[in-house]
Amino acid sequence: MNAMETYQIYLTASAVLFTTGLAGVFMARHFFRRIVATKIMGAGVFLSLVSFAERDALEFADPVPHAMVITGIVVAVSAAAFALALARRIHQLTGEHDFTTDS
Amino acid sequence: MTDFPTSIWPALLVAVPITFALGTVFFAAAGRMWSGLAGSVATTLVSALAIAAAVREGGLIHHLGGWEPPLGILLRLDPLAAVFIGMTALTGIAVSFYAASYLRSQDDLPRGASLFWPLWLMLWAGLNGMFLSNDLFNLFVAIEVVGISAVGLAVLSGKPPALMAGLRYLLVAITGSMSYLFGVALLFGAYGTLDLTLLSAAVEPGATTVFALVLMTLGLMAKSAFFPLHFWLPPAHGSELPPVSALLSALVVKGSFYILLRLWAEVFGVSLTFAAGQLIGVCGAAAVIWGSWQALNQDRLKLIIAHSSVAQLGYLLMVFPLLILAPGTAVAVASDWTSSAWTAAVYQTLSHAFAKSSLFLAAGVIVIAAGHDCRESLLDLVARRPMTAFAIGLAGISLTGLPPSGGFFAKWMLLKAAIASGQWWWAPAVLAGSFLTAGYVFMILRLAFAPGNSDTENRPVPRGLESAALLLAVASFFIIVPAEAVISFLESSAPFGSAIVPGEGGVLP
Amino acid sequence: MTLQQWLPLLILISSLVPGCIIFLLREEQVALRTVLNLGGAVAKVVLVAWVFLAYRAGETFAFDFALAPDLTFSLRVDQLGLFFAGLSAVLWLVTTVYAIGYLEGAPHRRRFFGFFSMCVTASTGIALSGNVVTFFVFYEFLTLATYPLVVHRGTEKAVNAGRTYLWYTIGGGSVLFVAVVGLFVIAGPVYFGDTHVIAGLMEENRTMMTVLFFLMLAGVGVKAAIFPLHGWLPVSMVAPAPVSALLHAVAVVKAGAFGIVRLVYDVYGVELASSMSLLTPLAVLAAFTIIYGSVRALFQDDIKKRLAFSTVSQLSYIALGVAVPGVLSSTGAIVHLVHQGIMKITMFFAAGNIAETYGFHKVSQLNGIGRRMPWTMASFTVAAFGMIGLPPVAGFVSKWYLSLGAFDAGSPWVVVVLLVSSGLNAAYFLPIVYRAWFCEPDGAEVHKLCGPANLETRAFLLAPVVITAGFSLAAGIFAAAPNSPLTFARQIAERLYLP
Repeated sequence: MNAMETYQIYLTASAVLFTTGLAGVFMARHFFRRIVATKIMGAGVFLSLVSFAERDALEFADPVPHAMVITGIVVAVSAAAFALALARRIHQLTGEHDFTTDS
Repeated sequence: MTDFPTSIWPALLVAVPITFALGTVFFAAAGRMWSGLAGSVATTLVSALAIAAAVREGGLIHHLGGWEPPLGILLRLDPLAAVFIGMTALTGIAVSFYAASYLRSQDDLPRGASLFWPLWLMLWAGLNGMFLSNDLFNLFVAIEVVGISAVGLAVLSGKPPALMAGLRYLLVAITGSMSYLFGVALLFGAYGTLDLTLLSAAVEPGATTVFALVLMTLGLMAKSAFFPLHFWLPPAHGSELPPVSALLSALVVKGSFYILLRLWAEVFGVSLTFAAGQLIGVCGAAAVIWGSWQALNQDRLKLIIAHSSVAQLGYLLMVFPLLILAPGTAVAVASDWTSSAWTAAVYQTLSHAFAKSSLFLAAGVIVIAAGHDCRESLLDLVARRPMTAFAIGLAGISLTGLPPSGGFFAKWMLLKAAIASGQWWWAPAVLAGSFLTAGYVFMILRLAFAPGNSDTENRPVPRGLESAALLLAVASFFIIVPAEAVISFLESSAPFGSAIVPGEGGVLP
Repeated sequence: MTLQQWLPLLILISSLVPGCIIFLLREEQVALRTVLNLGGAVAKVVLVAWVFLAYRAGETFAFDFALAPDLTFSLRVDQLGLFFAGLSAVLWLVTTVYAIGYLEGAPHRRRFFGFFSMCVTASTGIALSGNVVTFFVFYEFLTLATYPLVVHRGTEKAVNAGRTYLWYTIGGGSVLFVAVVGLFVIAGPVYFGDTHVIAGLMEENRTMMTVLFFLMLAGVGVKAAIFPLHGWLPVSMVAPAPVSALLHAVAVVKAGAFGIVRLVYDVYGVELASSMSLLTPLAVLAAFTIIYGSVRALFQDDIKKRLAFSTVSQLSYIALGVAVPGVLSSTGAIVHLVHQGIMKITMFFAAGNIAETYGFHKVSQLNGIGRRMPWTMASFTVAAFGMIGLPPVAGFVSKWYLSLGAFDAGSPWVVVVLLVSSGLNAAYFLPIVYRAWFCEPDGAEVHKLCGPANLETRAFLLAPVVITAGFSLAAGIFAAAPNSPLTFARQIAERLYLP
């Protein structure tokens, strides 16, 4: 196991998260589940970025990926909030909670 | 590549629309319109001046805050970006005036309709950011800005179908950008830089690069609605306010295509193979045929136009196989067709942007006049609304690719590149596409010539709406006239004209 | 550039600009529209005549304009182009007069005359095109300009005909597009008459050039209505009579036939084409179309449909003449461009007069019509005799040269085809003539729908038909005169075979 550095563990985990999320986006029906699935994808991506910060065996963590993650999280949160608002509005207007009736 | 002089213009291209976008929020509906219109005019002026400066200097750069890469952010206004910014400005100003007139004349609009202005100006800033950015993370931010404002615009009408389509669009957009960002993370992890110029020098073949390539390509393809990831586009583009439909299908999908083209030509060449190009070309050919066929079978005008976008975007994908050299082909030989293929990409983008926005704007006129956009709404259009019918005719001709329109020039160059490169098998798809496009365009025109029943409503339409549609149709038809100048401007800088040599990357002949 | 260099462009402008202005006029501005129409038509005839005289005097005309990279818009004047431009200009003038009479009081005339002018602009553009790309541009422009004319009436039948017309022509246009691009990639911008360009490339690209030849042939063959690409022609008969006349005699089918002539004579060169045995398939197809069209015409009761199938058949005379190498057949083919035009336009005018004046559309209704409309039917008879090939009408001259050429080239089977076709022509035209002059009118009283009492129909309808019948007779009787179509055709053909 010594060949596997810490960041590789993180990276593997991030790939698993990303794939899980991606599968969820395609397979889930309920709006909320889909939105959560995109969040899981995002979590995977951010985890990978954070893990790269440490990889180069620098004295200190590379700040650039951290900056990217913070920006990314802000963007992802606002997108998710927007999606939730839309889903709630659709539910209020039509009572639907998935895409089944949409052509 | 970075030997362009430094200038303030690239920064203004992003800053001006953002400033106005934030400014409009402080006004009530009427003030929003005027400030939004002022913002559009200002952005158009800045675009015109920036392009003029770029033509004079060959290109411009700007270091935000004076920091140089890899730490700072570089905005690069090269000829390719300048042409795309010009396209955005021309479409944008026409749609802005249309929107102003449209939003004022319609009295059954939802309360939030005046949010069009801040959202649209944000979208504009995001698009300009996409065209100017020279690093992967900036591109991500720009993509997100564009994606969220586009969905915001898409749900403006507040009706359930629009909300449904908007949510679906948003989910695709988030998925696509997360996929893109994962690719960015992988590239950063492997090469430690985000700057496109630095990255293209550093990138090496290998599993990481391939994986990043696949993730980013799929993500961008989903955002551009490239076949087979196109499913979200027709409902999203077909159910909106007309100015919004025009903006989304003319500009938004082009932004991610632009990034895809840049990445393939400048960064990923080392990992690309001839087969990868063929694969993406097959997606394009399938899109052309499938989208056109779907368009032929639609009953509502806006859905015909929306499905036609799927098909027209397919032509853009067919450029990729022509840029990637087959094993053993000399770069010098390939200069015969790579330049044509690049010209085809640019001209297809331009002519489609103008033609498609014109068609959506014209469809908006028809909906106002007749109250709906079913087939009956088109009857006798030639006699009732000759200007709109003429706009549809011109835009349709350009879309079909009949001479001597802009669309014709794009298809000429595409076919020429296909035949000259020996990849003649794309020719039947191009032809079938033109043939089917003629089918739905003339289906519209046929109805427009047919006599109407007297009970067809014909409510008054502000003159400005029809003029905006006609202006864009004329632009889409006549962009062939300055082609000589446009191409020689584009050719002055990479990546335009370069071939992608598998294993080596983009190489200028 | 002197003024004279601009003349080819002026020829196009003389119909383009009036057409554009007509679109901008209001529907009620009849007088101004008529002036513009006739003024443009007369100006075009004068300009073509001017160019012709200057060309005779040794002047050369070349108007080149680089529209975009690769796409050089080029107008050139050569004898063949002038020949076709002259035909278009003269027949357009006549048809304009006829159309003004025919559509008196009809709705949407602004649109009609606007596209009508576009249509003739396209057809003269085709005549004067200097290179393949320009030809292609005008060829497609012609499709676009004629479509609104075919669907002009807006009825369901017209709209369906328009759809069929489009499927055929856009399909043909697409095939032609690929071929033109292919030719461009291999040979660059091919100018008409530079046959050595293609000949020089023949060695390396034999297969490709053969494929391109047949693709281009298919592309222009749609408009030339060669079997099996003729389906649009009989269907588009629903259009108003002037449009049928224009489609059948001047613009569309002639553009196709002219395209075949250009392709064989001025792109590939007749020697090369025959040495590659490209022409045999064309000859067989043309011969089949001649017989097929005639047989189908026999069974049509609708006058215009019968004329349409006759057009299918007659057009292939041109293709057949092109496909049989030799000065005499080439003369026959080229002169038939004009002869078929003036004869067929006469017949369509006559059919239109009958339909407009009495509402008759069927052959079986024509009993005794000759007594009511003597001038119209006399003209029709002249043209019908010409189609059959009776001397001294123009059609005889064409057939005579085609037959001589066939003997010369050692293809006597062509003569058999011509004879059989003449027999069939007689079989479907003579019954009309017979009914018109020798049958008693049916019992029921018929009333004139229009026209003054002292004239068989409106003067604007009668004059054109008599004039074109006169042309048909004159072209036959004075065939040997120094300025007859035959003489020109002969000069063009002889130049083709110069060593």
